[in-house]
Amino acid sequence: MLGKTAGGIYWMFRFLERSENTARLIEAGFRIALTRSKDPASEWKSVLTTAGVLGQYDMKYDSYTGAHALDFLLRDTDNPSSVLSSIENARTNARMVRTALTTEVWEAVNESWMALKAALKSPVTETKLPAVLAEIRRQTALVRGAVHGTMLRNDIFDFTQIGIALERADNTARIIDVKYYTLLPSASYVGSALDNVQWETILRSVSAHRSFRWLNNDDISPATIADFLIFDSRFPRSLSFCSRLLEDNLGYLAKDYKFRMPCHDMIDAQRERLRNLDISSVFDEGLHHFITSFIRENNALGLQIEQDYRFVG
Amino acid sequence: MTSDRQYFDEMLSGADKVREPYSDYEKWFIQEDVLRLSKKAKEAEAFFRRTGITFNVYGQAAAQERLIPFDLIPRIIANREWAKLSKGIEQRVRGINAFLYDIYHRQEILRAGIVPVELIAQNEAFLPQMIGVSPPGGIYTHIVGTDIVRTGEDDFFVLEDNARTPSGVSYMLENRETMLQMFPELFSQIKVQPVSDYPKNLRRSLAACAPPNCQGKPCVAVLTPGIHNSAYFEHSFLADQMGVELVEGHDLQVVDGRIAMRTTEGFKVIDVLYRRVDDEYLDPLNFNPSSMLGVPGIMDVYRAGNITIANAPGTGIADDKAIYSYMPDIIEFYTGEKAILKNVETYRCSDPDSLKYVLDNLADLVVKEVHGSGGYGMLVGPAASKKELATFAAKLRKSPSNYIAQPTLSLSTVPIFTKKGLAPRHVDLRPFALVSPNSMDITPGGLTRVALKAGSLVVNSSQGGGTKDTWVLED
Amino acid sequence: MKLRIQHTTKYHYDAPVSYGLQQIRLIPASSKHQTVQSWAVDIKGGSTELEFEDQYQNKTLLVKADPETTELSVDVVGEVETHCSDGVFGRVYGTAPLWHFRQSTPRTQAGRGVRKLAKTLQKAPDILDGLHALSSAIIDAAPYSMTDTEAHTTAEEALSAGGGVCQDHAQIFVSAARVAGIPARYISGYLMMNDRVDQDASHAWAEAHLDGLGWVGFDVSNRICPDERYVRIATGLDSHDASPMSGIRLGSARESMIVSLQVQQ
Repeated sequence: MLGKTAGGIYWMFRFLERSENTARLIEAGFRIALTRSKDPASEWKSVLTTAGVLGQYDMKYDSYTGAHALDFLLRDTDNPSSVLSSIENARTNARMVRTALTTEVWEAVNESWMALKAALKSPVTETKLPAVLAEIRRQTALVRGAVHGTMLRNDIFDFTQIGIALERADNTARIIDVKYYTLLPSASYVGSALDNVQWETILRSVSAHRSFRWLNNDDISPATIADFLIFDSRFPRSLSFCSRLLEDNLGYLAKDYKFRMPCHDMIDAQRERLRNLDISSVFDEGLHHFITSFIRENNALGLQIEQDYRFVG
Repeated sequence: MTSDRQYFDEMLSGADKVREPYSDYEKWFIQEDVLRLSKKAKEAEAFFRRTGITFNVYGQAAAQERLIPFDLIPRIIANREWAKLSKGIEQRVRGINAFLYDIYHRQEILRAGIVPVELIAQNEAFLPQMIGVSPPGGIYTHIVGTDIVRTGEDDFFVLEDNARTPSGVSYMLENRETMLQMFPELFSQIKVQPVSDYPKNLRRSLAACAPPNCQGKPCVAVLTPGIHNSAYFEHSFLADQMGVELVEGHDLQVVDGRIAMRTTEGFKVIDVLYRRVDDEYLDPLNFNPSSMLGVPGIMDVYRAGNITIANAPGTGIADDKAIYSYMPDIIEFYTGEKAILKNVETYRCSDPDSLKYVLDNLADLVVKEVHGSGGYGMLVGPAASKKELATFAAKLRKSPSNYIAQPTLSLSTVPIFTKKGLAPRHVDLRPFALVSPNSMDITPGGLTRVALKAGSLVVNSSQGGGTKDTWVLED
Repeated sequence: MKLRIQHTTKYHYDAPVSYGLQQIRLIPASSKHQTVQSWAVDIKGGSTELEFEDQYQNKTLLVKADPETTELSVDVVGEVETHCSDGVFGRVYGTAPLWHFRQSTPRTQAGRGVRKLAKTLQKAPDILDGLHALSSAIIDAAPYSMTDTEAHTTAEEALSAGGGVCQDHAQIFVSAARVAGIPARYISGYLMMNDRVDQDASHAWAEAHLDGLGWVGFDVSNRICPDERYVRIATGLDSHDASPMSGIRLGSARESMIVSLQVQQ
């Protein structure tokens, strides 16, 4: 396949994943701001930080209000990571690589774009927000379903998974990065009401507030949450899960093409490191240090894949 | 149902008298519920939007994508009518290819004084870089779209030849696909010649023109200017249907004297490039150096015989509107036969007498720019206001050789489906011919474009035209 | 006369070039007027992708710069035996028709200056005299000057600048001849100079077509017709067509060029 096509597929799925992740962050932020927080402004600021768009937001607004943050995250085309920008980018990439997609996948993306453009045509009020967020989730799920149901398991599919895994790992890591201090065992008021709010935010941001309880018998502590987000390979948004998804799909490429690339050494090293660590050694190393270096390496891996498979000339 | 008596209507030849090719369809139609058909029409539009069969409009907001409206009443051609048409097209396309070979080699036709030298010498479409180049298989125009209009039972005229990169074939295919989905029962009652082999034939015909040093199965690719091009949908559609890569200029490089595409596994040689990028932008090393869409050096690789470019560079000299009026002579010169398809009478404004006639009769004529396309630089006299006529007359006086003029043709009509029932609208037809070294393949039918505004003669999609499925009946 | 030519063109780029192509027209063809006895082109920092004849039968190489190179050099060494021709190249025709040499190009599009100069041709008793007069008029109007023009300067621009090099003189000549309807073309090549071996650049002159004689050469800069000191390399409508080198490259690297040229007996 063309290097450009691989790149287009990869970015299409990164953007789809991003639109969904942004919707999830909004959902968590909205809920906390609404129900728990005494300080909604700082909650929205933290959501904007996690989405990686605080700088751009600050250039536009001088206070953190729900209405502004929502609009910026959902609809603002000046924000390249807003849901609208992401779906627009995903669809543009899909048009570019259309010959590599099944009709079903192309139509699903095209319809998502039409549906979300309509849903996000005017500012989304609090009343309408739940329905809009549900629509975003439903649309991205439709695309994912079409991918799994209709696409050949070849190199094209591998690049869809690689895009998803990298974007998702980055998202989960950034959630941990922004809230890491609430996960430190040394935090003075463990188990306090404030902590509970923060922990719930984290779990909601990755849509895991229910599954976490199921898996951990309600044993909510910084260590169990961090362990779950980083190491639990049953949880599809954990760093470990994403890392394995990458390893698998890069592995399929190497097998298919009959050659390994530098990115394979990088993912092997990442897998090795995650295998040799557990949550207590992470805390020993320093959670913040661990997570910032993970984000850095994850980005480096993305760039290496772009280069190895000739996404650009 | 009433018929517009001023024009030849292909369905209704008089009040309530249905022409023979439409008789079976009409029987089906009168039993149909108008509400059901309205619903179907809406479904068709939703289908086109969902599948993304859109075209981009130049000069409008970046994300502007428009649908070409689709009308669900088919345009029906009898097999005997088609037999004559396709014979005429074949002859014409043969003539065009022979003309192109000659014009870039010995120029016998200029020596014979059939076509004036100045017409070629002063024509930007003549590409000096093609002088002496013999394309693989001897073919210049692999894909030709011939615009044909009808004015009466037996009167067909060629309005324009499209020998560069004719577009619209994706609509021909999708229109049929849509009709098959909406009205499967129709196709079991009426036998219509299929069009769906076009992509297969296109690929085969391109592969048959691979350069002599191509090893193994020829690698074919489609070159597009990119997703912002107005016909991008068609480019990706054709690549997809043929099962070949859709490439852009920056995907390609010169590797070992060939053109190769950058893939995830390294560079892969392309043998035949179906390019949808205009000559000027094709190769910044040899043509317009500021082009970002092209492939530097591809013209050199071509001249060295290491790639086939379809259509060949420089084919525009054959479909230029200034050459058009000579086409009957050109066909006769190379085939020894009289042209089967007639040309529309054409006044070359470069000729002072013609110019005078054109200026005196501007309100009754259609005036076209010789290097223009898409109907932008064109005047439809009968539809123009006094002011528009005056402005255009000034343009004509200023540079007469830029224009030709033709009488306003009484284009035939075919009914379209409206809320109030059937209503006649003017149509044209663009059949597509595929040329390979040993054969020519003309898809039965083609693209019918229809002016959706009552009375309008402009069928261009950029000017509010729509399309119809075109049926050629089996015998 | 046997001429020995050694010609090196070295490009230096201030940043690595990821992808670059050069079209090279530096290979002479043997004809009635010259016999190429030996000729070698050596490329460093790039590879020859292919060789073809362009529309004027110029032997052309397409060279690709090595990935990430910062230098590309083209070395030409060869010997050519020339035969006296009195400036008349004669009735030798390629595939391009004569009328093609009446077509103007962006670089040879006549403006007011060139059109005025072309009137010289009408005043002369016959065409050949007229062309000689034109040649003199050009060098009088735009004497040799290294500083008035550069590679992309058009004929009209050079004329209004009032000076130019051989490229400009030849372009003004073909432009003016075409105004009068005379087929004319641009020739690039080498000239042996009697007073020196080392030269700064290769040479250029013009040819006009006359019905009886065929192609006749005019070296406007030197006020003579080409003789046996001239080696002809490439032909075209203008300096772009017959350019020894023309290239394109990706990226923002700036290039500088060093030329070393020796022509001797």
